[in-house]
Amino acid sequence: MTSSADTPLLELRQVTKRFGSVHALTDVDFEVRSGEVMALVGDNGAGKSTLIKCIAGIHAMDSGDVVFDGQNVTIHGPKDAARLGIEVVYQDLALCDNLDVVQNMYLGREARDWFHRLKEPVMEAKTAETMKSLAVTTIKSIRQPVASLSGGQRQSVAVARAVMWNSRLVILDEPTAALGVAQTAQVLDLVKRLADQGLAVVLISHNLHDIFEVATRITVLRLGRNIAVYERASTTQQQVVEAITAGVPTKVSGITQVAPGAPA
Amino acid sequence: MSSDASTVPGPSAEAQEGLAQRIRDNIRGGNLGSWPVLIGLTLIVVFFSIKADNFFTAPNFINIITQMGGVTMLAYGVVFVLLIGEIDLSISYVSGIAGVIVAQATLPETSYQVPGLVAIILAIAACALIGAFQGSFVALIGVPAFVVTLAGYQIWQGVIQKSIEDKGVIVIQDNTVNNVANYFFSDRNGWIIAFIVSALYVASAVADVASKRRHGVAVRDPLLIALKVIGVVAASFVTVWICNFDTKSSDGDVTPGRGLPFILLLIVAMLLILTFLAKRTTFGRHVYAVGGNAEAARRSGINVVRVRIFVFMISGAMSGLGGVYLAARLNSVDLNAGGGTLLIDAIAAAVIGGTSLFGGRGEVRDALFGALVIATIANGLNTLNLTQGVIYAITGGILLFAVTLDTILRRRQQKTGR
Repeated sequence: MTSSADTPLLELRQVTKRFGSVHALTDVDFEVRSGEVMALVGDNGAGKSTLIKCIAGIHAMDSGDVVFDGQNVTIHGPKDAARLGIEVVYQDLALCDNLDVVQNMYLGREARDWFHRLKEPVMEAKTAETMKSLAVTTIKSIRQPVASLSGGQRQSVAVARAVMWNSRLVILDEPTAALGVAQTAQVLDLVKRLADQGLAVVLISHNLHDIFEVATRITVLRLGRNIAVYERASTTQQQVVEAITAGVPTKVSGITQVAPGAPA
Repeated sequence: MSSDASTVPGPSAEAQEGLAQRIRDNIRGGNLGSWPVLIGLTLIVVFFSIKADNFFTAPNFINIITQMGGVTMLAYGVVFVLLIGEIDLSISYVSGIAGVIVAQATLPETSYQVPGLVAIILAIAACALIGAFQGSFVALIGVPAFVVTLAGYQIWQGVIQKSIEDKGVIVIQDNTVNNVANYFFSDRNGWIIAFIVSALYVASAVADVASKRRHGVAVRDPLLIALKVIGVVAASFVTVWICNFDTKSSDGDVTPGRGLPFILLLIVAMLLILTFLAKRTTFGRHVYAVGGNAEAARRSGINVVRVRIFVFMISGAMSGLGGVYLAARLNSVDLNAGGGTLLIDAIAAAVIGGTSLFGGRGEVRDALFGALVIATIANGLNTLNLTQGVIYAITGGILLFAVTLDTILRRRQQKTGR
């Protein structure tokens, strides 16, 4: 840990997770700094989703350490993660179709007063403000049900929900997978803006073109194990593809090889 | 955007959409609210008013209310269960249990006799516990609610049979209990109640608008809000007015009749309380979330298990309240307590009212409207001297229609989304 800028906001060490006899994650190390976009790539079944679910508290890790902002922490559930300022935008968005935009933005942490009464106008005003600050202008009314929104609009709602909570780390799981060209550009812009605002962003994607557009660094997982961490500026898509498919990092400059099991 | 305008939900330029546009969007999006059931109810009332002489009268209005009281209470609970996408088939016999408890607990000259009000609270609490017990199997273990509550249906029927098999019938002599079904307000008190209900509604509407203004949130459709307020106030006073029209006539002597029944006040009070719970509290919001997307709710940190158990508790408690009313109406409980068409009517009421069987969509008031439809049809066919068989068949047909409409609307909703 040389300078504070290089200190990771979140650091995972030696994380292992099994589902019965399936080894989803084996001794995985992972880190992300504030103000950077850390891409997490790997083929299907590489363990990307499992890793973020462990960070989000959806799955409990079998073993491994989590260091957040220099502190050793344990994450037992989604609420623990939220308390630390970790927000996840899932691939399937985790929105309730029957609820409107405001209701989804505040799902699980509604503003309330006595007798758990909802403070609806407060939530509506804050939602409108957040949408404006993120330049989400395509949604007609924040009081319309999410079921009536397009894919890009739904993604915008999900991302807006993640950043509304003064979060420090936002994890985006395949945010552009179902989007058209224009909507993808919008979402990638949004991702860059999040990092510029000083948030740590983890971006999971299959689309290397997207990743090379926004990522600062790239972590490659293969079959539940770390392969390498690349600096985007000094690597090529070809090298990342080889790491994903063959599992062997090409020996070139710019690779910061993860030292297995290295204590901080 | 695509050139195919019919499949693309309105372009973003329509930020300033009007009321008419939103109504059109709602219809296209399969979001019809209470309109189908209200239109259906109007048609039914008009039909019977033309066909039967003694249908559209004040006494018959009170009859319909007293006939639907029990079903409405059960149906309120059903709405919550349907909202989370589950089902509760045990409600009818759970309500029978409540009847047995109030009858037993108020039995004179026993060592355990308690005052009527205590017996009522005991009965409702016991039914809430039954609901929580059954809900635990669903929420904690994941046993399908259909099976858990079907087992409950049998179990509680058995308990009722066993507990009164030696007597066959227990007569309820406690006045407090019997008054739940047999108390009618004086004309003057009826007006006072109409005034209080109206005042409460106006106050809450004004407070809503004021709160929105204070937070700089747009007040949508002030015209619609005004119409709703006028409608509710008018409905309150007209209802009391009709009830006060009731007369008793024997041998040409006409004397003032029953007036506003207590059960109608209870129906309205529970409607307000449960609507508040469903629409204005975090718990209610979580109920809708669990019904819409349980996984999303869980990931948002909502305690899905607790929500589910609590919903089954509500279902049990409302069955209990309905059971007390049904027992009080007969002044007794017998081996048939909770039997007959009670279960089907209660679930049908919620569904006919517009609550979706697929979860996440519906309102507490749906139960009231649906119960009104069922009670009005049964009552109307009775006044036409038609037999029970015809009533069953027609109610079943309407239920089929309502579920089909629900399924079509749901498909539309999914189509307009994404």
